[in-house]
Amino acid sequence: MSNSGVSLADIISTVEFNYSGDLLATGDKGGRVVIFQREQENKSRPHSRGEYNVYSTFQSHEPEFDYLKSLEIEEKINKIRWLPQQNAAHFLLSTNDKTIKLWKISERDKRAEGYNLKDEDGRLRDPFRITALRVPKLKPMDLMVEASPRRIFANAHTYHINSISVNSDHETYLSADDLRINLWHLEITDRSFNIVDIKPVNMEELTEVITAAEFHPHQCNVFVYSSSKGTVRLCDMRSSALCDRHSKFFEEPEDPSSRSFFSEIISSISDVKFSHSGRYMMTRDYLSVKVWDLNMESRPVETHQVHEYLRSKLCSLYENDCIFDKFECCWSGSDSAIMTGSYNNFFRMFDRNTRRDVTLEASRENSKPRASLKPRKVCTGGKRKKDEISVDSLDFNKKILHTAWHPAENIIAVAATNNLYIFQDKVN
Amino acid sequence: MGTMFARGLKRKSAEDGEDVEGGLAGAQAMPSYSLQRQSLLDMSLVKLQLCHMLVEPNLCRSVLIANTVRQIQEEMAQDGTWRVVAPQAAGRAPLDRLVSTDILCRSVREQEGERPGPDAGDGHTPDLVPGLATVPSAQALRSPQSSLWEVDSSRENRGGFQKSLDQIFETLENKTSGSVEELFADVDSPYYDLDAVLTGMVGSTQSGHGSGLQAFSSATAPPPSSSCRSDLGELDHAVEILVET
Repeated sequence: MSNSGVSLADIISTVEFNYSGDLLATGDKGGRVVIFQREQENKSRPHSRGEYNVYSTFQSHEPEFDYLKSLEIEEKINKIRWLPQQNAAHFLLSTNDKTIKLWKISERDKRAEGYNLKDEDGRLRDPFRITALRVPKLKPMDLMVEASPRRIFANAHTYHINSISVNSDHETYLSADDLRINLWHLEITDRSFNIVDIKPVNMEELTEVITAAEFHPHQCNVFVYSSSKGTVRLCDMRSSALCDRHSKFFEEPEDPSSRSFFSEIISSISDVKFSHSGRYMMTRDYLSVKVWDLNMESRPVETHQVHEYLRSKLCSLYENDCIFDKFECCWSGSDSAIMTGSYNNFFRMFDRNTRRDVTLEASRENSKPRASLKPRKVCTGGKRKKDEISVDSLDFNKKILHTAWHPAENIIAVAATNNLYIFQDKVN
Repeated sequence: MGTMFARGLKRKSAEDGEDVEGGLAGAQAMPSYSLQRQSLLDMSLVKLQLCHMLVEPNLCRSVLIANTVRQIQEEMAQDGTWRVVAPQAAGRAPLDRLVSTDILCRSVREQEGERPGPDAGDGHTPDLVPGLATVPSAQALRSPQSSLWEVDSSRENRGGFQKSLDQIFETLENKTSGSVEELFADVDSPYYDLDAVLTGMVGSTQSGHGSGLQAFSSATAPPPSSSCRSDLGELDHAVEILVET
């Protein structure tokens, strides 16, 4: 697939592994969801173990028109979140700016033959012609994967939905837009509870918006939400129905020596994720990822620079709007490593134990299938070494905003515009 | 190649006075802090106006830009530089001086040495809009936008402004509300689909307002079939859920 003339609808807008890691879902700007499934071990094809192939594709959201506001509602999928698997079928939530949908993905590999009331081709049999009764038999058929919308959660958000998060109780979930967070029950679509509302009475006084929200992985009464001012609030739903007052407030004091007109913009948090353990959380702002201990609100316990060399280019990045790009971040299954994207199809991984970090590139030109990825280096000044790339040569249209890490193994999914890359640790 | 630097910059020959050769990084002399700050303010206002006209404005982006504008205006009011740039300097478009990268990203301490004091100024001008320099800071804070726009219109009469900025400020003047704060009062009210217009406007800064409006009128009419389709789609969904298919 060539990179020229990329169809806008194919741009991947979200990537998410399910709880077992066997399924990987992507959503795109055209409202489609594509689910990949990991191949099982197959003795006759040893190399295909662990490969992800397309399992199901369906149109989740369509463009809509809001008649009251005379506005188009984009069909772009902002987020996908899987539900824990409870039976043979798989369930996921997908959302665009305004509407969340619960999808059921089920397999059908048998069909019934030998009905009494109809023929094999479906035509009804004349009842008078039926002289004997038979029990229909199940016969195998080619695997068919069906996706059907089971619930539609609509009309609860005035502003654009940026996050959804399934609760550890597996019965409720939250959805967050720029100014409000709502709590839903998965079975109930006609109402939701508003649990956070930061809309000022006078909209002219608006200076801060909600940028991301997530439930705690184990404590079903706890969730966090991040803001455009670089703060994170942890709320406990047991304390009050409307969680306007936070239980904890995480904010790193600003370094006065590095203050500029862009300080607030680059401090805006684009993603917040709890660690699998539930003891830490990670925030992504424009230039760094920070790891916070939930027991310490005053400052993060770790700060990792993603692309500090961009700090001197902030004005240009403000001019071309790149400074508003919302990068996501993710934890490895064991929480020992974290990953986030950057520009030029680069993505960064940080090992929290060894304190080592690496820059890798997701591009067809620079890596062959099954070959190891070569670490990249950006030259920040002075003489450029061989294989280094200078800051001024970076392609800011090639941004990696969405990445995902397999919950148990070292397999990662990286979305580079309209391409999905899946990398894994080399097996002996 | 990504657009690292401001689009549409032209190198202009150096002129007298305070001016320096604007252009891409690599210019020898850096423009003064106040000029850079002014051009950042202008750029921010243009961005706000553009996103004010978008189909569904990205609220986070708008809020961040508005906060930046407020910050700049507060600082300008504090050090009393809340005034128009000298007319002889108005001949150049402020957007040319977007080499502000280095200066604007510098720390406060470095900048303190450079910033002009309350009375200092680069080229006092007798053409200053009367009374503006003596506006008390509180008032300046509250309606910085309107005074800025009034200043711009008088500047326009001197024929010094880049064409596209003129058009934008004309539109701004027509609005009844003048302050940054009131930009969000309209957030809940309808916008028209001006995506096509804006792409054209941003891409070619010389495009006239008229052609933009024509593109606008063709873009707003939604295809009737799609709206019917979405209605049917919702009905289908409801029926599907009811019969559990």
